[in-house]
Amino acid sequence: MSAVSLAASVRSGGRSARSIVEDHLAAIEAGEDEIHAFNLVMADSALERADRVDAVVAAGGDPGPLAGVPVVLKDNMCTRGVPTTCGSRILDGWRPPYDATVVQRLEVAGAVLVGKTNMDEFAMGSSTENSAFGPTHNPRDTSRVPGGSSGGSAAAVAAGFAPLALGSDTGGSIRQPAALCGVVGVKPTYGAVSRYGLVAFASSLDQIGPFANSVADAALLLEAVAGHDPMDSTSIPAVAPDLLGVLDRGVEGLRVGIIEEISGSGPTGLEGFSPDVQSRLAEAGEALAAAGAIVEKASVPSTVFGLSAYYVIAPAEASSNLARFDGVRFGLRVDAENTVDMNAATRTAGFGDEVKRRIMLGTYALSAGYYDAYYGKSQKVRTLIVEDFARAYESFDLLLSPTAPTTAFPIGEKVDDPMLMYLNDVCTIPSNLAGHPAMSVPFGVGDDGLPVGVQVLAPANGEPSMFRAAAVLEAAAGGAL
Amino acid sequence: MKPDSDVSVPGRITRDDVAYVARLARLNLSDTELEAFTGQLADVLDHAADLEALDLDGVAPTSHPLPLSNVLRPDVPAVESADEVDHRLFCDEVLAAAPAVEENRFRVPPVLGEAP
Repeated sequence: MSAVSLAASVRSGGRSARSIVEDHLAAIEAGEDEIHAFNLVMADSALERADRVDAVVAAGGDPGPLAGVPVVLKDNMCTRGVPTTCGSRILDGWRPPYDATVVQRLEVAGAVLVGKTNMDEFAMGSSTENSAFGPTHNPRDTSRVPGGSSGGSAAAVAAGFAPLALGSDTGGSIRQPAALCGVVGVKPTYGAVSRYGLVAFASSLDQIGPFANSVADAALLLEAVAGHDPMDSTSIPAVAPDLLGVLDRGVEGLRVGIIEEISGSGPTGLEGFSPDVQSRLAEAGEALAAAGAIVEKASVPSTVFGLSAYYVIAPAEASSNLARFDGVRFGLRVDAENTVDMNAATRTAGFGDEVKRRIMLGTYALSAGYYDAYYGKSQKVRTLIVEDFARAYESFDLLLSPTAPTTAFPIGEKVDDPMLMYLNDVCTIPSNLAGHPAMSVPFGVGDDGLPVGVQVLAPANGEPSMFRAAAVLEAAAGGAL
Repeated sequence: MKPDSDVSVPGRITRDDVAYVARLARLNLSDTELEAFTGQLADVLDHAADLEALDLDGVAPTSHPLPLSNVLRPDVPAVESADEVDHRLFCDEVLAAAPAVEENRFRVPPVLGEAP
C-alpha cells in the first residue's frame, strides 16, 4: 500500500497507525535476517509513537501529511538519544544530543520512525559493503549488492520494511541504490533539504532525499522535509515547491535531452554501459516522446570529467570533515601515552579501509605542492560542468541518462578494486558537482531480470518538471516493479 | 613535501608519500597496508590525470553550488531556550557522550611532554 493512501486512511480514521506499524515490524521480523537493511530497529518507540498519532486522530486532530506512515532513516542522520553510527566503529554506541532537522520535520508531519538503516561507512561507497556492521543484501537477488551508500534505505523500501526512507546523496548515494533495488530515489537541489544533523561527508555535495515505491510517495516525503532551515547556512531561503499538485500535468511540450556522454553513446562518451541498460534508456526516451515531450540527443561534454574531479573534491572535503573524529569528544577512544598517539590509535581502530583511503587521498590532494594540480584543477572542472549544464538547459527543460551503467552486481565483485567501484557513479556525480536535482525511476529490467533505473536531471529548483517526467516514466513502465 | 616539483604534472604517488600523508591524517598503517593503499591511491590519481587534457586557463574555481554568502542566524542562544536548567541538561548530554570527562571538561592524555 502506498504512503499516500496509508496517510489518508490514518487521517480519516479508517485505519490505526498502530496496525500499520505492526504490519511493517512483522515484515522486518520476517525478512531482516536475509537482507540486513538495519543497524537499529526501533520497535518499542515506533509503537509508542503510533499510539500518539492514533490519539491525535481520536481527539479529532490531524497528525499531518505523513500520519502513521513508517519511515526509516539512513544511519548518518542524528536522532536524539538514539544510536547514530554512520556505519562506523568510530561512532559505535554514540547517542546524539539533538535531532536532525529532517527528524524534527518527520515528527511534525506525523511520521513514525521505525529504524536506522545500514550504509557504507560515512557514506563512502557504492555497494553498502563498506559498513562496519556487514553488507546489506539486495531484496531482488540477495547474492547481489543493493548499491550504496544508502543501500539499507533502498533495500528497506524494496523489501517492504517501510514505504518511505531517507538517504543522503553526495555522488549518487540515493539514486544508484534506488536503481539497483528497483525503487524511486531523489537527490533534490543542493540546499533544498536541511543538512543540519546530517553527519558531514563532503559538505558542498551532500544532500538528503527520499526513497519510495512510487513517484507520488517520493513527492509526499520530499514535501514534508524540504524548505528553509536557519540552522543550515546552505539551506535555500525560499518556500519549497509544490510537487504532489503537479504530478499529473504530463510532459506535453517539454524538451528532453538524452545526454550522450554519460549514456555510452556518441564519439566522446564513456564506456562500460551494458546494452540492456542502454535499451531501457532509449525506451524511456520513446515513452516521454509518446507522451508529447520533444526528445533529442544532448551533449554535456565535461560530464566525462566529473568522476575525476569528484574523487578529488569529495575526499578533500572528507579529510577535513572527518578530522573531528579524534577520540576526544564522542565515540570511540583507544588510549595512548599522549593525545596525538591517542588520536591516531583511535582513528586507526575506528575507521575502515575505504574511509582511510579517502582521508589520505584528500589529505594528499590538499597538501602543499599538490593543491593546484589536484584540488584547484578539480574546482575548475566543476565550473566547466556547471557551464555545460547551463548551455544544455538553454535548449532543454530536462535531461535523461541511465542512473548506473549496469544492474546490481554480485557481493564481493568490486570491493577490492576501488577505482572499478567508483565507476558506478559516472552518471550521478555531475548533478552533485552542479548542485542540481536528479532522480532515478525504475524502468523495466535488464537481461538478468534485475531492475534498471533511468535518471531524470533538472536545473536547480527544477523539481516540479522533474517529478512530472518521472510520473510519466513510471506510468509507462507499468508502475512499481 | 616536494615543494619544488612541477605542479601541473605531479609524479606517481610513492610509498613514502602515503606514509607521510597517513601521519598527517593521524592514521597508523602496517607495511602491508602501506603497500596496498599506495597502489590504490595511485590508481585513483592516475584516473584524475585525464584532467590534463583540459584547457583550464582563465576558468574560475567553483567551491560551492549555491551563490550564498555571509549567511547569519539571529544572535540568540543556540539551545532551545535560554533557560539555565535546559542549558545545563544539554551540556550534561554532550559530556555524557564523551570518552572521558573531568570537572565538566573533556579529558585527554598529556598533550605536551610528560604528565603533570
